[in-house]
Amino acid sequence: MIIDCPCCGRRPVSEFSYIGDAEAAKPDMHAPAAEWVKAVYTRTNPRGMHLEHWQHLHGCRQFLKIQRDTLTHEIFSVELVGVYASGEGE
Amino acid sequence: MTDYSILSLAKNALNGQVGWAPAWRKPDPKPAYDVVIVGGGGHGLATAHYLAKHHGITNVAVLEKNLIGSGNVGRNTTLVRSNYMLDRTLPFYEHSLKLWEGLSHDLNYNVMFSSRGIINLAHSPGQLDVFRRRANSMLLNGVKAEILGTDQIAEKVPALDVSNAARFPILGGLYQARGGTARHDAVAWGFARSADRRGVDIIEQCEVTGFLKKDGRVVGVSTSRGEIRAKKTAIVVAGSSSHVLQQAGLNNLPIESHVLQAFVSEGLKPVLDVAITFGAGHLYVSQSDKGGLVFGGDLDGYNSYAQRGNLPIAEDVATMLLAMFPAFAKVRMLRSWGGVMDMSMDGQPIIDTGPVPGLYINCGWCYEGFKATPASGYTFAWTIANDAPHELNAPFTLSRFQTGYVLDEKGRGPFPGHH
Ligand SMILES: Cc1cc2nc3c(=O)[nH]c(=O)nc-3n(C[C@H](O)[C@H](O)[C@H](O)COP(=O)(O)OP(=O)(O)OC[C@H]3O[C@@H](n4cnc5c(N)ncnc54)[C@H](O)[C@@H]3O)c2cc1C
Ligand SMILES: [Zn+2]
Repeated sequence: MIIDCPCCGRRPVSEFSYIGDAEAAKPDMHAPAAEWVKAVYTRTNPRGMHLEHWQHLHGCRQFLKIQRDTLTHEIFSVELVGVYASGEGE
Repeated sequence: MTDYSILSLAKNALNGQVGWAPAWRKPDPKPAYDVVIVGGGGHGLATAHYLAKHHGITNVAVLEKNLIGSGNVGRNTTLVRSNYMLDRTLPFYEHSLKLWEGLSHDLNYNVMFSSRGIINLAHSPGQLDVFRRRANSMLLNGVKAEILGTDQIAEKVPALDVSNAARFPILGGLYQARGGTARHDAVAWGFARSADRRGVDIIEQCEVTGFLKKDGRVVGVSTSRGEIRAKKTAIVVAGSSSHVLQQAGLNNLPIESHVLQAFVSEGLKPVLDVAITFGAGHLYVSQSDKGGLVFGGDLDGYNSYAQRGNLPIAEDVATMLLAMFPAFAKVRMLRSWGGVMDMSMDGQPIIDTGPVPGLYINCGWCYEGFKATPASGYTFAWTIANDAPHELNAPFTLSRFQTGYVLDEKGRGPFPGHH
């Protein structure tokens, strides 16, 4: 698998570290326990398109949001997250 | 169909092997069954065997989308052991090991279970303490465990460097003499044949694509070979659990699907007659009866439904194998493959009724599923027959993630890829 990092270009998957599912948002700190159980312990785990967080650990160290097919491993988009997402944080 | 025996072997050896009948029938699906089991892996087939044998429930179909044995039951590295720590998990795996010990006789099929012993190597004092704690927990549960010193390890595994000059010096190990390996596809075939002989229909190339519901109850499945009604529908599809159960409306299971690879070397003369795990990384290796080294390690590390992995893991496991056995550097790799693992949030499975009436679920096996095959079938059959769990699988509920009774053997937290 090759990931096209917005900062560094095309790099092998071994430079990246998988953070996990980026589909579900974390609930509010004071949300009921049931919502936290859902966020911490459950996943949609789709066979197909999946939104996920990775980090270019052995590169620019940026966190990335990647859209990838879990069946074919094809990657559809790679974006920076957080303050850099819009390109305004520089 | 007749029993396999020394006589049937001898007879067929003399008459050119023409007397063998197929080991199971290839029936067309009937319109309805008492129990439909979805998934013809080790667990689905074992469930059918125990339903028929222990509960007299034989109006049963096992629906398999591919060929039986083509899933993880035929893709694993076959380690069988019961060296667990928690009082709520250990008795289940110990029961499984006891079933393994009599399985070939029970099934009248040689599953080649070999109690060759398993050694978990410790490379640091802390790790050795953790193994001592686990051994004590096993002893308290009546399961024999030994802590080996380096002399004893050298005696059992002459190929291992137990000196201080080793890349990762060995301090000792946890040894379970009754642990071992089995022939994985024979396990699938043996359970299938036994279930079939008792009247169970094993239906291959029949993919379940949806669920039939009535008044909020699951009353059967739609499949690539038509609708099949069932009083009880049992889902045991390993890595496909989330995908299949989504169609029953369960969108949030405590499971992620990840790919795990296995590797086999060219055949060697006997060099390793125990199964062994490396403690300074993640690697397990044994030698098959054909002579190949069978080994594996970490998951590829990201969600995957592809039954194949990427190259970094091949390099990773080879590096660790060589750190342990530098002498294997000249051994050539023969084959590798991947299987889709149902990784649960605490590393332990779910064997439960519901949560929709008429539905029974068995999933979340992580690395534990092959050794668990007999006990999984045994307790799942019980759960289906009695609409309540057996005491051995009572802790394996779906609701434990809400109630806080998670079964995290190693305290690794809610990260499915870490178990
Ligand atoms: C590389 C590797 C190494 C492993 N090593 C070990 C080990 O050393 N020790 C150990 O204890 N465990 C090990 N495991 C884990 C173990 O193999 C699994 O946990 C176990 O086999 C899973 O249960 P099963 O046999 O029923 O799964 P499977 O054999 O995968 O059965 C599930 C079946 O469901 C079928 N299915 C899926 N969707 C549908 C559908 N819609 N309709 C009909 N059928 C469907 C699939 O085709 C498949 O045949 C390993 C796994 C892998 C991949
Ligand atoms: Zn980068």
